[in-house]
Amino acid sequence: MPKSQHSFTSIRPKGEALVWFTGMGLSVGILLIIGLLGIILKNGLSMFWPDTIYEVQLVEGSTAGPRNGQNFAGAIALERHKRLQEATNAGLTSEFQFFAGNKDAYGQMYHYVDADQIVTDATGEPLFTPASGILQLERIEFGDALGFPLEIQLADGTTITEPEALKAALFKTIEESNERLETYTKIEKKQIGRINSKMESIRLEQRALREELGEAAAETSPQIQELNEQQAALQAQYTELAAEARELRERRHQDSLLLRLATGEERRISFENITQAHFPNEMSLPGKVGFFLKQIWRFMSEAPREANTEGGIFPAIFGTFVMTLLMSLAVMPFGVVAAIYLREYATQGVIVRAVRISVNNLAGVPSIVYGVFGLGFFVYVLGGSIDELFFSHKLPTATFGTGGVLWASLTLALMTVPVVIVATEEALSAVPRGMREAALACGASKWQAIQRIVLPASAPGILTGLILAMARGAGEVAPLMLVGVVKLAPSLPLDGEFPFVHLDRKFMHLGFHIYDLAFQSPDSDAAKPMVFATTLLLIVLVIVLNLSAITIRNHLRKKYKGDTF
Amino acid sequence: MIQAPKTTDSREDFEPFIQIKDNYNFWYGSTQVLFDLNLDIPEKQVTAFIGPSGCGKSTLLRSINRMNDLIEGIQHTGDITIGDQSIYDPSLEVISLRKRIGMVFQKYNPFPKSIYENIVFSLRIAGRNKKSELDEVVERSLRGAALWDEVKDRLHESALSMSGGQMQRLCIARAIANNPEVILMDEPCSALDPIATGKVEELIHELKKDYTIVIVTHNMQQAARVSDRTAFFYLGKLIEYDVTDNIFMKPKNDQTEAYVSGRFG
Repeated sequence: MPKSQHSFTSIRPKGEALVWFTGMGLSVGILLIIGLLGIILKNGLSMFWPDTIYEVQLVEGSTAGPRNGQNFAGAIALERHKRLQEATNAGLTSEFQFFAGNKDAYGQMYHYVDADQIVTDATGEPLFTPASGILQLERIEFGDALGFPLEIQLADGTTITEPEALKAALFKTIEESNERLETYTKIEKKQIGRINSKMESIRLEQRALREELGEAAAETSPQIQELNEQQAALQAQYTELAAEARELRERRHQDSLLLRLATGEERRISFENITQAHFPNEMSLPGKVGFFLKQIWRFMSEAPREANTEGGIFPAIFGTFVMTLLMSLAVMPFGVVAAIYLREYATQGVIVRAVRISVNNLAGVPSIVYGVFGLGFFVYVLGGSIDELFFSHKLPTATFGTGGVLWASLTLALMTVPVVIVATEEALSAVPRGMREAALACGASKWQAIQRIVLPASAPGILTGLILAMARGAGEVAPLMLVGVVKLAPSLPLDGEFPFVHLDRKFMHLGFHIYDLAFQSPDSDAAKPMVFATTLLLIVLVIVLNLSAITIRNHLRKKYKGDTF
Repeated sequence: MIQAPKTTDSREDFEPFIQIKDNYNFWYGSTQVLFDLNLDIPEKQVTAFIGPSGCGKSTLLRSINRMNDLIEGIQHTGDITIGDQSIYDPSLEVISLRKRIGMVFQKYNPFPKSIYENIVFSLRIAGRNKKSELDEVVERSLRGAALWDEVKDRLHESALSMSGGQMQRLCIARAIANNPEVILMDEPCSALDPIATGKVEELIHELKKDYTIVIVTHNMQQAARVSDRTAFFYLGKLIEYDVTDNIFMKPKNDQTEAYVSGRFG
C-alpha cells in the first residue's frame, strides 16, 4: 500500500507549464481588448461631458495664452509630463492643454501651457478657479465660444442686459432661431428641391425636343410653349419660396448676443451661428448627465459641420448601416448557393478541391485589390454600360458610372463571399446523414431534401458565416475609398424623394470617417475626440448588427436542438 | 411479447411480392458485398434478414429502395422487382419508387420540425397541401404507429421533444403516411430500450396486416418473435431462407444452426 501510494504521488503533472502558457495567452488577449475598449470608451465619451471651465492666470511676462495675454478661460483637455529640451534643474515639468474655444478670436481652440507659466496657489499647485457665470456656445462656424454674456439684441430693437432676464432670453431665442432654421431648411431642401428637380426634367425634355425637331422648329412648337409656361410657373413659385426663406434667414441673422471673452475683448455673435448654449460651471450632476445624454444623441443624429470636426455623424452611421445591409443581402444568396453546389452537387474530386482551396485563398487577398476590381468592373464596366443604356440623357454626368453605395456593397459582398461559402459548407456537412436519408426515403428529390430539411437545419451555421462577413464588411475602409465613400455626402442613400432608394448615391462610412478625421482634418486637436467617439460608434454598430444576427441564430438553434444525432 | 401466428409451411407456395433475382450481385467500388442472391419475399408478411455484421443484409435492404444510389461507385448485376416491376426500370423515377416504399432507420431520425410536419412531409413534397387531407393522414398514421393517444394534444410541438421510443414510432408513422406497399426497417430497435422495443414489435405485428415488411435485425429473439420468414446471410451470400420456425428450430445448414444458437456472430 505505501509503495503504490508513493508511485501515485510521484506522477508529476508534466503539462502544467503549458497550461499556464495557454492561460497567459488568453489573459494577454483579454487585457489588450479591455485596454483598447477602455481607451476608446474614455476618450470617446469624455467628448460629450460638460467640462468645468477654469479661469487661468499666467505669470508676469508669459505669452503662452491666447493672444499672448495673461488671462484666459478654458477647460483642461490634457495634462502630461514634458521632458524639456534644454536641461533645467527640474528636468521634468508638466504641460497643460487647454480648450479655450473662440477660434474666431484666438486663431486656434487648443493652447499648450507649461505648468510653470501658471500662477500657483500657496501650496505650489497651479491655481485654477472655476469661471463663474461663463457661457459655452456651440456654434455652426468656428467651433465653441466661451465667454460671459453681456447683452442680447433682438431684431425688433429690444436689448436685454439684466442677467436673469438675459439667461431666459438666451435659451428662448436659441429655440426660436432653431425653429426658424428648421422651417427654412424644409423650404429650401424639400420644396425648392422639388421645384428644382421638376425644372431639371423640363429642361431635359426641352433639350430632347430641340434635338428631335431642330432648333428653329422647336421654338414655335406647342409642346415647347407648354414647357416654357410650366417653367415660368415653377420659377414664380421658386421666387416666392426663396423670399420666404430669405426673410427667416434675415431674422436669425439680426438677433445677436454680445459676449465678453475672458481675455477681455467683446464679440457680437449672431444667433444664426448658435446651435446650443450651456453654463458648464453652474450645472448640477443630473443636469450634466442630461446634457451628456443629449450630446450623445445629437452626435448620433446630426450631420457633420466644419469639415467634419463639428456636429454629428448621422450620415456616416446611416451609410455604414445601409451598405452593410445591402452587402448582406448580396452575399447571402450568392455564397449559400455556391456552397450548396460545391458540397451537395459537384462531384468531389481534384477540380472541386482546387475550387475550394481558391475560395479559401480569396479570403486572404488584400481588400484594396477588391476595391480596384470593384472600380474597374462594377463602376466602369457595369456602371458605364448602365449609364449608356438607361441614363444616356444625363451623360456626360455619370449616374451609375461612378462610385456609389450599390457598387460599394457589391465589392464588399465579393470580398466576404469566401467567408460565407466556407461557413455554409461546414454547416451543410454537419447536417446528420440520417436526416438526408430520411428525407430521400420519404420520396423527396435531392433539391427538396436540401431545401426543406438540410438548409433549415444548417441555418444557424450559415448565419455564423454571415455574422463574420458582416463584421469584416462593416469595418472595411480601403476598398470603399475607390468605389463610393466620400468625406461629405450631400444626401443619404435612402430618403423621401422618389424612388426612395438611391443606389447610385455616394455615401459616408464610419470607418472612412475615422480615417478622414484623424489624418485629413484641418484641426487635429478638435478632431481627436471625434475620432474616438466615431470609433466607439462603429464598434457599437458592429456589435448591434452581430447581436441581432446572433439572436436569430440562437432562436434557430433552439428550434432545431435535440439529441437525435 | 406477443407471438405472431406463424406460417409453418415451408413450401414455396406464395405469390412473391418482392423478388431479388437473376443472381443479384452488388459492389461498392471494386469490393463485392453481395453474391448471387435470389430471394422471394411474400406480400403482407414480415421477412427478417439476419446475419453477423458485414454480411450484407443492410446493403440488400437499402438496395430495395435504391438508397445505395447515394453512394458513389456502386454497381450491380441481376434485378429486383416489386409487384413485377423492376426497380431499375429506366422509365421508373427513383423518387416514385421511394414513394411506394417506407423506410425506418436504425437511429430514429425525425426532422427538426413539429410532429405534424414530420408526418405530412412526404405529402408536402408531393405538392399535397390540403389541410383536411393532411389532418386525416396525420391521425391515420399516428394511430397506425400507436402514437396518436400519446401525442394528439401536442401535434405542433417539436418532434425532438419526444422520447426515443416515441421518435422511432414517429418515424414509422412518417414511413406509412404515404400509404406505401412496403416498409423497410433497418434494425429499428437497436437504439431503443426493452419497453420501447416491445412497443415497436407489437406495432410491426399490427402493421403486417396492411404492409409488406422487410426487417434487418441483429437480435435473433426479435427475428423469431416478429417475422414470418427469415433469411440468414453470411459474407454476402444467402445461406438459408425459410419459414422462421424452421430457421430457428430445424435449420438445414450448419452455419445457420451455429449462428441462431449463438455459437458465432
